[in-house]
Amino acid sequence: MPGRTKTQDDASSHDADMQDVPPSAQEAIGQDAEMREDAEAEEEEEEEEIEAQRVRILPGSTDTAASFEFTDEGHTLGNALRYIIMKNPDVEFCAYSIPHPSEPKMNIRIQTYDGTAVNALKKGLSDLQDVCDVVAEKFWSERQSFNAEQGIER
Amino acid sequence: MAPSRHAAPSAEEHLRRNTVGINKETVSNVSSTDFPGHFPGEDHAFSIEHFQSAFSIQFHRNEANDASFSLIGIDASLANAFRRILIAEIPTLAIEDVFIENNTSVIQDEVLAHRLGLVPFNGGREGIHNFLKWYKKPAAGEDQYANSFDWNTVRLELNVTCTVNQDAAPTENDPLKAYHHAHVYARDIVFAPTGRQAEYFSGENAIRPVNPDILIAKLRPKQTINLAMHMHKGIGADHSKFSPVATASYRLLPLIHITRPILGADAEKFQKCFPEGVIGLEPVTREDVSKAGSGYEGHLGEVKAVVKDSMKDTVSREALRHAEFEGKVKLGRRRDHFIFSIESTGQWDSDELFLESVKHLKLKCKKLEQQVINMVQ
Repeated sequence: MPGRTKTQDDASSHDADMQDVPPSAQEAIGQDAEMREDAEAEEEEEEEEIEAQRVRILPGSTDTAASFEFTDEGHTLGNALRYIIMKNPDVEFCAYSIPHPSEPKMNIRIQTYDGTAVNALKKGLSDLQDVCDVVAEKFWSERQSFNAEQGIER
Repeated sequence: MAPSRHAAPSAEEHLRRNTVGINKETVSNVSSTDFPGHFPGEDHAFSIEHFQSAFSIQFHRNEANDASFSLIGIDASLANAFRRILIAEIPTLAIEDVFIENNTSVIQDEVLAHRLGLVPFNGGREGIHNFLKWYKKPAAGEDQYANSFDWNTVRLELNVTCTVNQDAAPTENDPLKAYHHAHVYARDIVFAPTGRQAEYFSGENAIRPVNPDILIAKLRPKQTINLAMHMHKGIGADHSKFSPVATASYRLLPLIHITRPILGADAEKFQKCFPEGVIGLEPVTREDVSKAGSGYEGHLGEVKAVVKDSMKDTVSREALRHAEFEGKVKLGRRRDHFIFSIESTGQWDSDELFLESVKHLKLKCKKLEQQVINMVQ
């Protein structure tokens, strides 16, 4: 499933143009700060756009039994995602593997009783985001009350 | 398919499932079992409401460079993801390029450059976290400085020459007194602000070493070090100098369960099997004695061993080596109670770092969720 290789190339060639901007250390004083801020904001938007396709379905996959290959992901996401997908009652089997340590690839295998493997993967990723929200929120409030109690000001 | 009503395990059963057994020579019950289909008739499907009610955090310590807290009610895979992100994926600023003009010290250029790279730096947080952005290495054939801007490169300089201290006694043996600059310290590194860096990194917000007393090199008269450095943002996965933490680790909460009374001299010996403060000695009360089958009958007023603070335990298993405690004590660890310890190297506060790691995992999932959608299209 070769996704959007074309647009990526466009994006990176566009990015190359940005390199022609001189370092601001050498900039004439005349250039106003506003314009610079605009350029920075633009860059941030671009960063999200040029993200290359890092997930693909491996050959031999069916709707209910599929393997996915994640590029540039490792045990950090692999094991967390495996756990949360295994918590889905529609999932018959889920496991992850890093086939070779010198290749930056992580494979996830999902087999489902019900629904598609892709949907199980999507649900896993969104459940993981919900978990992060809960953890961050509880950590925040617990820290605030601990700091107030201990008189820590930072 | 699934039964409409799900049984919930009793509190006792819940504790049993969440206890990793630490036995004399083995460990037992090591894997999580909270998955749908593992226990017939029980519901273990993920629900955010259930997670929210079961999950809690306790703070133990919160200093800028050392925070400790417990995450309770979370799986090891998630706790480990946070730990791994803390170590390898949160960006910091560190010396990446060293341009050596002159180095006549006994430290070779490459060794000196490596030492400089490992020095942790601090500076205005707003500038480091928001103003400074990623640096992209110029492609082969491109100008070496093509991508160096004030928002991705911080310039530092180190210019030191060792000279003889004319005021020192001729018989002076201490090089620090006999010479000026016999030792080169991290505090000798000078920050050279460029462009808008002056706005973010001036006064107390200047880029400076976290610890000014780090020894970088030793010199003798007429030896000199003359170099410039470029700092960039990077992550620990690339080089550990970019790791924002000195240590980020967790351990599971130790559990000590005294199943049968340990009394008198045995209790004192039992106490010595653990670090200080873990086991307390208390007199056997009237209440204990009156409980039939407790084993305390007829021991009123004797000393008994009680668990005071199992969190302080190091789980050395010393208690399991003595015959007199056999069958009287059970050691274990709570599978879902993670005592985190985070020591920051200075560029972030330790508690901020954890929040950042949570944010990071969420962002990772968000991006990949979009990628999965793109993949299916």
